[in-house]
Amino acid sequence: MAELVYDETGRLLFTKEMKEEYTILCPTMIDIHFRVVLEIMKSFGYKAELLNTASPNIAQEGLKYVHNDTCYPALLVIGQFLDALNSGKYDINKVALIITQTGGGCRASNYIHLLRKALIRANYPQVPVISLNLNGMEKNPGFSMNIPFLRKMISGLYYGDVLMQLKNNIEPYEDNKGETKNMVDKWISLLSKQLSKGEGLSKAQFTHNAKEIVKNFAAIPVHRTPKVKVGIVGEIYVKYAPIANNDLEKFLASQDCEVCVPGIVNFILYNIDNRLEDIRLYGGNSIKYQINKILLDYLLSLQGIMIKAFQDYPELLAPTGYYHVKKLVKNVIGYGNKMGEGWLLPAEILELVNAGYENIVCTQPFGCLPNHISGKGMIRKIKEVDGRANIVPIDYDPSATRVNQENRIKLMLSVAREKIET
Amino acid sequence: MMNIGLDVGSTTIKCVVLDENEKICFQSYERHFSQITEKMTALLTKLKNEVVKNNPVQLAISGSAGMGIAEECNYPFVQEVYATRIATAKRIPEADVIIELGGEDAKILFVTNGMEVRMNGSCAGGTGAFIDQMSTLLNVTPEELNHLAQEHQKIYTIASRCGVFAKSDVQPLLNQGARKSDIAASIFNAVANQTIAGLAQGREIKGNIVYLGGPLTFLSELRKSFNTALNVTGIFPENSLYFVALGTAYSCKDNIDLDHAIGNIKNYTQSGNFLSIPPLFNSTEEFEAFEQRHKKAVAKRGSITTYIGDAYLGIDAGSTTIKAVLIGSENQILDELYQSNSGDPIPIINQYLINLYEQYPNLNIKCSAVTGYGEDLLKHAFGLDYGIVETIAHYTAAKTFLPDVDFIIDIGGQDMKCFKVRNNTIDNIFLNEACSSGCGSFLQTFANTLGYDIIDFARKGLFAKRPVDLGSRCTVFMNSSVKQAQKDGATTEDISAGLSVSVVKNAIYKVIRAASPDELGKHIVVQGGTFLNDAVLRVFEEEMGVHVIRPDIAGLMGAYGAAVYAKEHNRSKGNMLNIQKLKAFSHHVKMVTCSLCNNHCKLTVNQFNDSRKFIGGNRCDKPIKQHTSIDIPNMYETKLKTLLNYTPIPGPRGKIGLPMGMNMYEMLPFWHAFFTSLGFEVVTSPLSNRDVYIKGQHTIPSDTVCYPAKLMHGHVYSLLNEGVTTIFYPCLTYNFDEGLSDNHYNCPVVAYYPEVISANVPELEGHIFINDYLGVHRKKDFPQKIHGVLNKYFDGISLKEIKTAAEKAYAEYERYFETIRKQGDAIIEQAEANQKPIIVLCGRPYHLDPEINHGIDKIITSLGAYIVTEDVISSRVAKLNTTVLNQWTYHARLYAAAEYICNKPQYNLVQLVSFGCGIDSITTDEVRSILENNGKIYTQIKIDEITNQGAVKIRLRSLFATLEQ
Repeated sequence: MAELVYDETGRLLFTKEMKEEYTILCPTMIDIHFRVVLEIMKSFGYKAELLNTASPNIAQEGLKYVHNDTCYPALLVIGQFLDALNSGKYDINKVALIITQTGGGCRASNYIHLLRKALIRANYPQVPVISLNLNGMEKNPGFSMNIPFLRKMISGLYYGDVLMQLKNNIEPYEDNKGETKNMVDKWISLLSKQLSKGEGLSKAQFTHNAKEIVKNFAAIPVHRTPKVKVGIVGEIYVKYAPIANNDLEKFLASQDCEVCVPGIVNFILYNIDNRLEDIRLYGGNSIKYQINKILLDYLLSLQGIMIKAFQDYPELLAPTGYYHVKKLVKNVIGYGNKMGEGWLLPAEILELVNAGYENIVCTQPFGCLPNHISGKGMIRKIKEVDGRANIVPIDYDPSATRVNQENRIKLMLSVAREKIET
Repeated sequence: MMNIGLDVGSTTIKCVVLDENEKICFQSYERHFSQITEKMTALLTKLKNEVVKNNPVQLAISGSAGMGIAEECNYPFVQEVYATRIATAKRIPEADVIIELGGEDAKILFVTNGMEVRMNGSCAGGTGAFIDQMSTLLNVTPEELNHLAQEHQKIYTIASRCGVFAKSDVQPLLNQGARKSDIAASIFNAVANQTIAGLAQGREIKGNIVYLGGPLTFLSELRKSFNTALNVTGIFPENSLYFVALGTAYSCKDNIDLDHAIGNIKNYTQSGNFLSIPPLFNSTEEFEAFEQRHKKAVAKRGSITTYIGDAYLGIDAGSTTIKAVLIGSENQILDELYQSNSGDPIPIINQYLINLYEQYPNLNIKCSAVTGYGEDLLKHAFGLDYGIVETIAHYTAAKTFLPDVDFIIDIGGQDMKCFKVRNNTIDNIFLNEACSSGCGSFLQTFANTLGYDIIDFARKGLFAKRPVDLGSRCTVFMNSSVKQAQKDGATTEDISAGLSVSVVKNAIYKVIRAASPDELGKHIVVQGGTFLNDAVLRVFEEEMGVHVIRPDIAGLMGAYGAAVYAKEHNRSKGNMLNIQKLKAFSHHVKMVTCSLCNNHCKLTVNQFNDSRKFIGGNRCDKPIKQHTSIDIPNMYETKLKTLLNYTPIPGPRGKIGLPMGMNMYEMLPFWHAFFTSLGFEVVTSPLSNRDVYIKGQHTIPSDTVCYPAKLMHGHVYSLLNEGVTTIFYPCLTYNFDEGLSDNHYNCPVVAYYPEVISANVPELEGHIFINDYLGVHRKKDFPQKIHGVLNKYFDGISLKEIKTAAEKAYAEYERYFETIRKQGDAIIEQAEANQKPIIVLCGRPYHLDPEINHGIDKIITSLGAYIVTEDVISSRVAKLNTTVLNQWTYHARLYAAAEYICNKPQYNLVQLVSFGCGIDSITTDEVRSILENNGKIYTQIKIDEITNQGAVKIRLRSLFATLEQ
């Protein structure tokens, strides 16, 4: 059995032996993307499992072990882990947890620490936690975030965005129920295989894959009826994770809406671009600037390929290019606003409004600090800039009830329908 | 052809039937007590027989409680705000803005100039349910509340963000003897302010304003409050109750078969799909065993008629109840009193004592003690011997049942107190914060809403088959959780049990923050009226997996403890009123505002008949003693004074205004030096007060942001009102790196609030508002960067000038810190020389603002301790290893300060936490663990728009009582 090894600060490390013996549990968030990413992890020799639990006990565990004023995503992510560890499904001496860490000024950077505290209180001090981040924080001997690994992971997320975008675009109109979903599954498995083998990464393969995917999806027979078009924006976890947003996408589908949820790629680009903005605004190392600029340009070129794959299909909504999105908030909010979703949040609202998704659900955990500013704080200004925007902010939290949330969303939808009718 | 519109809200069903000429031919309004399907079918049957008869008919449904039924049975659902809009368009086409208050919702609709609808978020209770709660608290009906308000003379500040907050505002007022009519008017005023603040969000409410909904229909004084707040006279239409139902009726589309509809709704099967937990008892045997076990914890009793000897009186003037216990020399209870205080405890105790003396003329009350919120008032009114802090009273009482008790939890009507006992001293106190009061009155309110009295209601829960899991949040959330559970088919039994569970979970996980019984103690005594509820007791034992002692006098423990305390200390001053004086006793109350300092305490002056006087509501001794405790060194005062020295120096470039809040409380020396050097006259907005807040509240977009941030709106308005046309309030992602942390961020709100101001204060239009992103942390790059920024706004500021200014700014910032550290060091030296306790009152720089700290510093000095701030001592330690990511400059100081005092007995730490501060959910746990790992007591005080002074005092006095022991 793997020995427990700690670093000088007392942090339990994920060792090479653990890599052989342990199963790494990964929390729910954005389904399609994480399914691809998980397969990639496996291809690097990790035993990994994506949690897909949604039991109410998750929130209860969270409330028990995390300060109740901490934001909802922390409660849920930690609650989901504890719920899994308690389930008896895993050998608790052979399991590790993985969690992303952004390192920004928002309290989200602390989730990993709150998780470790909770593990100790819940009597799982032996369970190591791996931080997944792009900032070089918290290294582990048994988990190497080298360039090939990160490149594959990021490619996985890019493909995830394409699939998610197409799914949202087509599924509400498909003639044969389930066809879109099957297509998503098919491509997840195809892409996972490719990426595991180290294929699908070059620009040429990227171009080829993206075109094939769009072509495949475009071939799904649809019948386009007028539907209310709704965009979902907000705090990244609540916006994507159905356990956090009370199945928001499903609810909107049941109200005869077409949903658009901006992808994760722009969020990654935003995070990298923030380092450039910091240097532009406050000064700093020009070498660091150049390195990040090269990385950003490379990733932008991949995004360009993705977008281009849509160009022959005007009926399908292509993802929006990063710089275009960025430009939309030029006079709304400063580019220095980089905690949480920062300026990207109002930018995505405007992106959606421009793309015809004028009706917006802005989701945030109750008491979310950055969203006081970039979410609720910007609604007035956004409406000033673009009067078409019809926005409802919704708070999520363990005891906020679905009835109240859905009632507010329905109000927004009534206004939307009225606009369609007139 | 007839159209039926049903508005099924959270508490009522409203119905309108329109005939073919769109005339109202029927309307009704009734409370449904959650019997929704029954009431709906009864109503529709009545319509069928009496109104519709054989006419063709259409039906549409609206309202939060009607949503599920409408969907399930496939009738058109009209969102209620939307329905209001339709009705108003038809009936009052000239309306510009509609304000509608419902049972639990508040809405504002802007009709003209760009339609917009606003609805309260999930944390906004200034609604009908809130008014109901407040009436219950005052022991009147809402109608009586309205009558009372008509006679008001003055308005108090009451937080209306949620009922729980308001209660903690109203209760102290009641206990201090404020007039009910003033409180009633203040409640309405609070609702109006809340609605406007919460929903207007920067949009001005003007033109023809229409008032709709139950509360605004029934309560004329509430309408007046809105008129005053908005400076208009609103339209109050006929049928103002029925607009939603009316709009719903207008929205009908298809003919339906009414019989069929009645059948459908009757058969509307609820999903039964609610979260539940195992039953509290699986069998009657289990219950009996439980009952037997708890029957053993009984207090000694004695007969007052046969008792000979000295008696001791203990009084507990609680938030909603008043309790008294009379004991004999062996702690045996001779007599007891437990009743609602009806908002005024004085006449109750007066009558009680008169009765005692009259019935038992030989009774000799040797000594007496009083505890609870009304302690001061009662002590003075009746000349009682001791006033003791509640924790001491409860500990004294608990010891008589379990001498080695090490954990006591007391859940009363309004508050919850838990504390650990270590080495015979009270060690660690947990009080419910202003927002988590899942306490007794909460169960009571629900019992009443559902039409039960509390005892029957509680008993129902014991044998519930599927207690519903309601989560553990505040009352406002709970209302909607209960509604949802009812909708899903939970029975009253299930809900009763579920509420008990929620009370316990709230206590354990939110207030105490324990995850396992080991974190509590081995010998636990539970008490307080709420634990007389067997369901609550059972859940507590089950949840923690321990057996506990519940004395049979659980509700009287405070009074009992006070009596025992009186007996044990037994040094009477002989001031207690005798029967003659009691009979002649009278008192009246006058309210005045103290003007001796910036806190502007609202004082209640109780004038007793024998020309004695008692003043309540004060934070310090100034209004009482005229001279003051000002001599006790207080770093809060010193720091504030130092900052106020940065006064404007006229310069050729004109005025530049700094809003005096948030991080400006620390950056002022920097910017003052910087801009003064550039030739600007640096003016600041005045110190915060309630008026400053009110000035800007209509532009606050997020009602859950912290109070310090909300105040910024008012500060910007203050500057604008003073004619300042250039305002400087930059975004600062990063703070200075003080070497105490891994990174040196500001929190998101401090960093970016200028963006919110810029986006939501329309009056800034046409003025210069500089909210650019600046990096003071990079001293070398700073001049060039700010040069670029300032040149966007001003002509001809050279880089050279800026470089000089920047140098001065950095130097001044250093000098400021040196000054306050020196001042702090002096205080510490003095405290050490005089052997006085030192309290490190920590928080954020902006907690210096008296409107934010509510004078808590003065309460501390009035208790005899010297105050220093965290930044005075944080530089005395090196960077430490924390178990959380230590990445915010202000917060790193907290950890450092906690670390510094760990091995210093003279020091203790009190942390001020602004409500809504998400980051403090991390720092409080960390500071607590640093202190507790070193055997120190951690004390946290939550503050918001208002603060519960009573709770603050208990906390601080308990801390000091412990220190003395």
